[in-house]
Amino acid sequence: MERSLTHIALFAALIAVLGFVPQMTLPGGVPITAQSMGIMLCGTVLGARRGALAVLLFLALVALGLPLLSGGRGGLGVFASPSVGFLIGFPIAAFVAGLIVERWRAPILPAATAGAVMGGMVVLYAFGATGWALMLGKSLAEVQVFLLAFVPGDLIKAVLAGLVTQAIATARPGALLSRA
Amino acid sequence: MLTLTSPHKTALHALPAGRKLAVLAVFTVVLFALNSPVALGMALGGVAGIYALGGGGFARHGLRMLWPLWPFVAVVALWHGWTGELQTGAVVILRMLAAVAAANLVTMTTRLSDMMAVMERLARPLSPVLPPRRLALAVALVIRFIPVLSDRVAQISDAWQARSARRAGWRVVAPAAWAALDDAERVAEALRARGGAG
Repeated sequence: MERSLTHIALFAALIAVLGFVPQMTLPGGVPITAQSMGIMLCGTVLGARRGALAVLLFLALVALGLPLLSGGRGGLGVFASPSVGFLIGFPIAAFVAGLIVERWRAPILPAATAGAVMGGMVVLYAFGATGWALMLGKSLAEVQVFLLAFVPGDLIKAVLAGLVTQAIATARPGALLSRA
Repeated sequence: MLTLTSPHKTALHALPAGRKLAVLAVFTVVLFALNSPVALGMALGGVAGIYALGGGGFARHGLRMLWPLWPFVAVVALWHGWTGELQTGAVVILRMLAAVAAANLVTMTTRLSDMMAVMERLARPLSPVLPPRRLALAVALVIRFIPVLSDRVAQISDAWQARSARRAGWRVVAPAAWAALDDAERVAEALRARGGAG
């Protein structure tokens, strides 16, 4: 019980700390932030249920008024902005990433990378694009183009999330709650 | 850690948090029901007026909080400028600005502790699965873990820097994760030793 609680709180803090990492710019001028890697890691390390809870805890702190989203954003305003779809998708992305690591008994590196791609990209993009479409009054087909800008950075982050999950599985197997 | 509450005191700071949130909810629903640029412009004007009443520093703080929206404003403006549906574009932009500015207004005028009190009240129906004490403990732990985790990353980066001329980059992530997980284990043990998380 206490272990679940501290690990959930730790990973909620991890999402925030990764949001403080200055954003890098990919060739082509697209900014990428490390924050979505935190969402992926919540799922791949903590598993579906605890991972989603960690993300919900993080979002609760953002809603309360702490500037924890990348770029120092936060407060209630971000939930009224066109990016709200991504915020709603965050806990579901972590849940799906965790579910894949829990259910697919492959070696941890491919399982965690696949989980990060399915959760942190496929699921998250679906929610994010739907949010953009509804908030900006466009069709899904029209907003999809903008997602392409995120693909290279998110692929890098998914592989890094896989490698970090593998590193945790090797050095702290007991802490890998998704495979416990 | 800094919160987004504005240090410039306004009359809104004195209102109860629950009432501000209720007004915000109604205002947002009305915004999404309106479809005329004139009505939405008046709504945005009203919100801007409240910011102006808070004084220059408060209004500038509010504008800074709206700044991350500029890419959306630019894309929608260009899009509708090109297709010629100017009215639709104006509705989307005005509604977005008014909704976000109003929500920011509540965040900027409400203390973190008041927001937490509202959250605990709203979470009360969940108490059989999520005891309020456990939720409060989780929130406190995250707020405490954030600087601890930042320090861990900084220590490991320094250690790397002492041995290498290159930047540490993502290589510090795995050792920082191990150290943080060890911290979390010890906090869990400490909680158990003090009677558990409730």
